Amino acid sequence: MAITHIIFWFLTALALVSALMVLLSKNPVYSVLWLIAVFFAISGHYILLNAQFLAIVNMIVYAGAIMVLFLFVIMLMNLDKETEPQKDIWMKIAAVISGGCLLTQLVSLVKQATEMTGKTALLKTGSIGLIENLGKALFSDYVVPFEISSVLFLSAMVGAVVIGKK
Amino acid sequence: MPIQYYIYLALSLFSIGVVGVLTRRNAIIIFMCIELMLNATNLLLVAFSKMHHAVALASNAATQVGIEGQLFVFFIMVVAAAEVSVGLAIIVMMYRNTHSVDINFLNRLKN
Repeated sequence: MAITHIIFWFLTALALVSALMVLLSKNPVYSVLWLIAVFFAISGHYILLNAQFLAIVNMIVYAGAIMVLFLFVIMLMNLDKETEPQKDIWMKIAAVISGGCLLTQLVSLVKQATEMTGKTALLKTGSIGLIENLGKALFSDYVVPFEISSVLFLSAMVGAVVIGKK
Repeated sequence: MPIQYYIYLALSLFSIGVVGVLTRRNAIIIFMCIELMLNATNLLLVAFSKMHHAVALASNAATQVGIEGQLFVFFIMVVAAAEVSVGLAIIVMMYRNTHSVDINFLNRLKN
């Protein structure tokens, strides 16, 4: 078994276990910390696929900025195990059954798809994920969506300030 | 690595996110599960971009096919960051009005 396969299975197990722990932990602060573990595992997958730019952006934006924002809000509200609202057990069982139905439906759909058999995702090689190529594409073909997204950021910032000041 | 493995991983993460949205009552945890679903889609987009790149690379060594998927992931991250800032501001505002993040208190959209 090659080293990339071992890393793939390790990162997959880490992502799935951490995602389950996000749901199972009673304390919201622990949920945030497990979610950071999920994001690091997904960043590891990006590095394995040689999407280096996205791996760094995922770590900086998601694990760095967004999760710190969540952690600040949870600590500001002083949420912990005692204040955590719980649904009753039948609602939880129904939710798990419906989520499992969704998963089995989608998996059976993928199993039937013939155009995906024999296709592989390129690991370790391929240069499209490097900053040079992505930057060239971003500032030549995709410069208009890039500028529009800056306007979106400005409006989101104004919106957050306006809502927060009320 | 066969593309099916990546699809199954992304589907599992997405389903865990769906179950989280359905089982939890804390609005912040629900928001985090939505982030989890967004990340599952991001991972799938990157895997598909590398899949198309692998097919195109066999005929042309200098091809750039598949770069659109990774740019799409970049824009999804941009939109997610903007969404989180506004969404958390709304949750903080609701907490100041009701002193709770329980979504069962917020189900009527009154006051």
